[in-house]
Amino acid sequence: MFDLSHIMELMPDITKAFGETLYMIGISLTIALIIGLPLGVLLFTTDKGLFLENRAINSVVGFFVNIIRSIPFIILLVALIPLTKLIVGNTIGPAAASVSLSVAAIPFFARIVETSMREIDKGVIEAAISTGASPWMIIWNVLLPESKSSIIQGLTLTLINLVAYSAMAGFVGGGGIGDLAIRFGYYRYDDSIMLVTVAILIVLVQLIQFGGDRISKMIDKR
Amino acid sequence: MIIYLNVERSEKMIQIQHLSKVYQTKEKVVKGVDDVSLDIETGEIFGIVGYSGAGKSSLIRCLNLLETPTSGTILIDDVNLTKLSGVKLRQARLKIGMIFQHFYLISQKTIFENIAFALQAAKMPSNKIETRVMELLEMVGLSEKRDVYPAQLSGGQKQRVGIARALANNPSVLLCDEATSALDPNTTMSILRLLKKINKELNITIVLITHEMNVVKEICDRMAIMQDGKVIEEGQVYDIFSNPVQPLTKEFISSVVSYEIPDTVMSTLAGTLVKITFKGEVAMEGVISDTMQKYRVKGNFLHGSIEYIQERALGIFLMELQGECDEVEQAIAYILEQNAQVEVIRQHV
Ligand SMILES: Nc1ncnc2c1ncn2[C@@H]1O[C@H](COP(=O)(O)OP(=O)(O)O)[C@@H](O)[C@H]1O
Ligand SMILES: [Mg+2]
Repeated sequence: MFDLSHIMELMPDITKAFGETLYMIGISLTIALIIGLPLGVLLFTTDKGLFLENRAINSVVGFFVNIIRSIPFIILLVALIPLTKLIVGNTIGPAAASVSLSVAAIPFFARIVETSMREIDKGVIEAAISTGASPWMIIWNVLLPESKSSIIQGLTLTLINLVAYSAMAGFVGGGGIGDLAIRFGYYRYDDSIMLVTVAILIVLVQLIQFGGDRISKMIDKR
Repeated sequence: MIIYLNVERSEKMIQIQHLSKVYQTKEKVVKGVDDVSLDIETGEIFGIVGYSGAGKSSLIRCLNLLETPTSGTILIDDVNLTKLSGVKLRQARLKIGMIFQHFYLISQKTIFENIAFALQAAKMPSNKIETRVMELLEMVGLSEKRDVYPAQLSGGQKQRVGIARALANNPSVLLCDEATSALDPNTTMSILRLLKKINKELNITIVLITHEMNVVKEICDRMAIMQDGKVIEEGQVYDIFSNPVQPLTKEFISSVVSYEIPDTVMSTLAGTLVKITFKGEVAMEGVISDTMQKYRVKGNFLHGSIEYIQERALGIFLMELQGECDEVEQAIAYILEQNAQVEVIRQHV
């Protein structure tokens, strides 16, 4: 059942698919970082009792974050087709898949940032306030450094989710490993390819987890 | 010719007027601070004592608006803090340092960076920060720890960093919220000595809250006792130790100087039981032995100690006086003449 020469023959496809997967999760992770991080900071700092407390902003942002998070990814994929078309121009391929992956990753990561910041002792924040520091300084020099290690772990989790979601994106022609698995493994009953794709996903997830844990521990000064 | 100019601004560094802080929780309304008025003078160390839940933290946290007062005013250095917000409030906070029971340093930043943070808050140019941080580290005796992270320091060392951070911008007031409560007795003493030094050398007004009477006895000039959000007694530490009025005050003092006599001992005593208090430099033993010689009275020491509060002696002795009724009375009158206080605890049986 496991045919090595067959796999060697399809090696170019596998490498291409792997590259596409990395491309998709790379883009979505970057966008999740750029948009999700500030959103998470906003969610945290505008919460009750914090230094930028603002009920309106907090509930509006929280509401949208919850909405997106409650939609199953496969539905989000379909629902975002018009948006994808608007941004990328077409609806298939890794670039197109990156749109829905990013939209899913942003609120996920924002909540992770918020939760990570909640773990900071309120006293540390108050001590910073008592020095007369500005909100910006507190975010930059207290909130982010103090939650960095925990955020890295959250980032690991986001990445792993993105790997899983990117495989799902294959279903709607998003490209990548998932796409390969469907085209060969599912439609052509090609077990070897199926096994290889699963193996690649497992190794990828393990590597991300391992790397994430290592970095998170390494930068923690506690 | 030398002219000494005494440039004192307001004598009152902190004026608290009818301050209340009410906490509204789901279940109930709690009055953390209940109509407190206090004046704290420039350059003094003021202690606030009370049991847990008395409202000490609520009060001290109102002084830099970490807690927004429900009503009342706070003037620090003649600035009405309660009217400030935003940038103005942050500027005022630069001049009010605060240290905490659990230090609250930024765990992911070095000692240097922790102190530099306070200077950056004051927008000090970065080329001046290094010198100032080193100056502060030297003052608290941690120069060689500049590049270490808080996790590598002992509790006492962390508090020293907290103090350096609080003093970074030359504040006029230092607030201490149970600053020594997490430390062992030796470390507590060294931190208290440091606070005293800061108070003396930099003329910084210190407000400290604590549940330990020892801390107050050690370094405070004046003190207040809090109960249920209210200040129930205030005054010079020496006066409060020698003449406590409220039962709670007496209870706190007995935690430092205790005059409990076991019941078994009590029941064997037949004479008059008196508590004699000597204030200041009175020749205490001399007075007692003179009394014994002058009158036909036998004295029995049951308890006694001399405490030094603000470098002034306070002697308190419990004695049993045996003898004829009028002899004992005359003896007591004589002791009173020697500038001592005598309190008859129990007449002779
Ligand atoms: N954030 C808060 N929310 C509700 N109640 C509070 C809060 N902070 C303090 N309290 C209540 O106010 C009272 C005084 O507390 P606190 O000022 O911390 O006293 P202390 O420092 O003397 O132990 C207590 O009954 C406490 O439960
Ligand atoms: Mg307290």
